[in-house]
Amino acid sequence: MKKYMIKRLLLLIPILFGITFLSFAMMRVAGSDAVLQRVDASGVMLSEEVIQEQREELGLDKPFLVQYGNWLVRFLQGDLGESYISGNDVFDEFVSKLPATLLLTLTSILLTVVISIPLGILSAVKQNRFTDYLIRVCSFIGNSLPNFFVALVLMYVFAIRLGAFPVISENLSIESAALPTLTLAIAMSAKYLRQVRAAVLEELSKPYVVGAKARGIRFSVTLWKSVLRASFVTIFTLLAMSIGSLLGGTAIVESIFMWDGVGKLAVDAINMRDYPMIQAYVVWMALIYVVVNLITDLSYCFLDPRIRLGGEKV
Amino acid sequence: MSEKTASVTVRRQIVRKDHTKGKMIFFGVLVLLLLLMTIFAEYICPYDPNQQNLDQALQSPGFAHPFGTDRYGRDMLSRVIIGSQTSIFSALVLVAIITVVGTVIGMICGYAGGVIDSVVMRISDICLAFPGLVFALAIAAILNGGVQNAVIALAAISWPKYSRIARSQTLSVKNTEYIAAARLAGSGSFGIVVRHVLPNIVGSILVTAMLDIGTMMMEIAGLSFLGLGAQPPTAEWGSMMSGGRSMLQTYPWVVLTPGLAIFISVVLFNLLGDTIRDYMDPRNSRRG
Repeated sequence: MKKYMIKRLLLLIPILFGITFLSFAMMRVAGSDAVLQRVDASGVMLSEEVIQEQREELGLDKPFLVQYGNWLVRFLQGDLGESYISGNDVFDEFVSKLPATLLLTLTSILLTVVISIPLGILSAVKQNRFTDYLIRVCSFIGNSLPNFFVALVLMYVFAIRLGAFPVISENLSIESAALPTLTLAIAMSAKYLRQVRAAVLEELSKPYVVGAKARGIRFSVTLWKSVLRASFVTIFTLLAMSIGSLLGGTAIVESIFMWDGVGKLAVDAINMRDYPMIQAYVVWMALIYVVVNLITDLSYCFLDPRIRLGGEKV
Repeated sequence: MSEKTASVTVRRQIVRKDHTKGKMIFFGVLVLLLLLMTIFAEYICPYDPNQQNLDQALQSPGFAHPFGTDRYGRDMLSRVIIGSQTSIFSALVLVAIITVVGTVIGMICGYAGGVIDSVVMRISDICLAFPGLVFALAIAAILNGGVQNAVIALAAISWPKYSRIARSQTLSVKNTEYIAAARLAGSGSFGIVVRHVLPNIVGSILVTAMLDIGTMMMEIAGLSFLGLGAQPPTAEWGSMMSGGRSMLQTYPWVVLTPGLAIFISVVLFNLLGDTIRDYMDPRNSRRG
């Protein structure tokens, strides 16, 4: 287990370099450099010499890798530059919007768990019966709906027709979180439900289930005491893995419901071509994602007794 | 759970397989019809999809305009039909690109091993370490709008999945005896990969690709919805929905009809993908 953890942590190094390098390189490729961007943004014409001077000041005349090194040092100090549009520090702005996104992520994960774990188990237990088919059809439909369509339909039905919820969220309240949460949870549950079902079915097909039945143990006891307990690790891991896709997926939903999180911030920045802001979003979301995955992997190790107690896996 | 005897189970599987084949043909025909509609979109459209007609603006769905009209009086049905060209073809092109590129890279890595393998696999680790949509957003933002760029952005994040599959399948085939025999008989690496490895892995790759078409269609539409894919004058489902967003309250069909079009096409491709998967591997259909 220790060996695995060390290996896993070592693997992190190239990934972290890769993420930061790609984020840096992408924005440098994005066209002109910071000086020209600023000139464009301010609309003031500058002479060639002044531009050159500013370039030297910002270190833009140095080789690419040196620039990357400098950027990395500033990045580690939490300095990703200023927004072209608002002039604010992009890192501060990102951090100030992050809680809203995390809140939305959390509520939609909770809702997903509440929807998909019971339904997934039910679907597995009632395999190939009517209940199972019904649940699978719902999951299939959920999987085929783009989340912006779901968002707009929910908005139309609940906010406009029924007037039950606000159309756009003005503040962080339960009412304004309801529709974006539901939108994200629908898409996530549709995927996750299938995985829960498959995990439980896998466990149900093991010989000990038949053995328990032969010994006259009630099915509900086997299900609760053995099957669900054994599939818990898989179910948990799959849930944690889907958090990552959720982080990126909030962007569209946030901008539709005007939820003031980092996703909306990113979409606005993209529309304004506010490159430092986009860069901050990309690099920080990727880092959060990597950390979530790391915690998942390590807790997987910890939760699975076969790995924890010294057996080799992965 | 399994008091049935083995022979009954086997027979059930065979029956199920026949059943699956029928379903596969049925969904295949439906997808084919959808594709034909896409190819001949120009001839099917009842109106010119780009013809503005302001005194017909924002008509609700009715006899003359089954899907209503948008704010410029353009017929929504025609725009939805013509929009399928961008939405469906770009998804197909995208899936074709990532399938070919991913498979080739994966086979090379699996077969060659060594340094190439480690380097490419680390690169794909990094690509997979990015949350997909965040990365796609960033690339699309750099490249500016346009369907081509949305396709490039999504291709950049999606190929590793295929190279992973191709690589692991190649590894499992690589050490079989018939490959050794082929090598003894003097076949070159290229010949072995093309003639012996590829036919063995192509099945699972194609199933993955089929299942991906729907997802990719939704992602392209998502990028277009954010203004990073197709640009406004072009009819594309995602951007049509985005353009009509402000009219959701009063003229919902402007937003909902392209959404329904996306939904129906995605459902068709997913159904076909699912049944093809079940057909290739009957065990899957029982486990769902």
